Amino acid sequence: MYDKEESIMIHQYKLGGLNIVIDVNSGAVHVVDEVAYDIIAMYEDHTADEIVSAMLEKYGDLPDVNEAEIRECIGDVEALKEAGKLFTEDKFAGLAGKMKQSPIIKAICLHVAHACNLRCEYCFAAQGEYHGEKALMSFETGKQALEFLIAHSGTRHNLEVDFFGGEPLVNWEVCKQLVEYARSREKETNKNFRFTMTTNGVLLTDEVTDYLNKEMHNVVLSLDGRKEVNDRFRVDAAGHGSYDRIVPNFQRFVEKRGDKEYYMRGTYTHHNTDFTEDIQHMLDLGFDQVSMEPVVCDPSEPSALTQDDLPVLFEQYEKLAQMMIERRKAGKPFTFYHYMVDLTAGPCIYKRLSGCGSGTEYMAVTPSGDLYPCHQFVGKEDFKLGDIWNGVTHPEVQDQFRSCNVYSHPECKDCWARLYCAGGCAANAYNSTGSVNGVYEYGCELFKKRMECAIMVECVKNLEQ
Amino acid sequence: MSRIKTIETRDLNKSAVTGGCGECQTSCQSACKTSCGVANQKCENNEK
Repeated sequence: MYDKEESIMIHQYKLGGLNIVIDVNSGAVHVVDEVAYDIIAMYEDHTADEIVSAMLEKYGDLPDVNEAEIRECIGDVEALKEAGKLFTEDKFAGLAGKMKQSPIIKAICLHVAHACNLRCEYCFAAQGEYHGEKALMSFETGKQALEFLIAHSGTRHNLEVDFFGGEPLVNWEVCKQLVEYARSREKETNKNFRFTMTTNGVLLTDEVTDYLNKEMHNVVLSLDGRKEVNDRFRVDAAGHGSYDRIVPNFQRFVEKRGDKEYYMRGTYTHHNTDFTEDIQHMLDLGFDQVSMEPVVCDPSEPSALTQDDLPVLFEQYEKLAQMMIERRKAGKPFTFYHYMVDLTAGPCIYKRLSGCGSGTEYMAVTPSGDLYPCHQFVGKEDFKLGDIWNGVTHPEVQDQFRSCNVYSHPECKDCWARLYCAGGCAANAYNSTGSVNGVYEYGCELFKKRMECAIMVECVKNLEQ
Repeated sequence: MSRIKTIETRDLNKSAVTGGCGECQTSCQSACKTSCGVANQKCENNEK
């Protein structure tokens, strides 16, 4: 039963010298002083007289705090409530899942190579082979995958195709052929293909660089940061670190990329919880669009992050936020994937409720043409959806993903960050709880910290203007 | 509002009317690959 009082949610926190108040359901963000911070905390459960009394007791010694000032601030809070920017209700339940009801598919992850020229120990894809055999996707299979996407994309104009592996560049000729084929179909189908690639950089030659910079909407370049950190895991078959081979390739690539998007993407593990040092190293190498992800692995692995790591990681995320603020002021800004929050023009409520489209709008295609809900489910046979010739033949698997939204995770009900996260990653949830409707609690803790930092950085930027 | 500075944000309630076109990025696949949130995804609706 709908409970108006319960549906209201305010998140208050102090970070970077700011007092921040988020009205979860409207998305409104306020930066307030100490007095207003406390008034807002008391507002819903106390009378105006009780608030005045409490504020005078706590702040009465300050020169600008008197009863008239406090009552004026209470009035301001009331006005914000009336304006739908504080204490708003959650009236979105009926909208959840709308975006997943249609049978439209708009994005595929093409596993063009279940093979890799590196042997990164922490790889969730089991060194690129996804617990199966080495395999390369043929052009014919890739072409059918593109036709499958076009045929199921309805009126969607923007179609996303990611070249993934393993290492996609070990099947470079097929990647190129598939780009050419898709481009040849754009006009007659009224589609715009947005290609992306995730690469370890080993085979990033001049020819590949120029082609990718022309054709790829985004490119994810894998580097873990400092040489000793990168080379701990990112090694070749002989055990040699990859840093010295890939860094010059990446630098040349980024130099030629101009203004187009890329991510210098690292993974941090239990062994480098001081990951801001790795981000700093990336910046020192000349990269200014960075991403650093917590490792995804079994908790029994030595590289797995632990509960004891959490406070260290929280400090690191705060340090990263300060780095961003300082570098922006110094005229040397950089972007961090998880701190890219557009408060004024970000996702609509439908997106914030439905979250990841894995298994519905988005599917992964294996080298042999099998369909899985996403790249992280590839190799988990129980999650096979079908194939690119026959479509989805296991609708019961797809239904699990169709039902995923922010309200399908009971744990999200009380979470202030739910409309920034939308329920999280189905693969993370499954790996940690055995259900796609569970939640990966460790990931939640990191996510909430990142959002607090990201919003703080945006607030600082806004106040400077 | 001397004690409260409201940062400009997209009104989520209003977006219930204008949103839902579905043209935006649908997963983490073109970025981090391992942890999807939506806060950092761009809205592709030019008519919002």
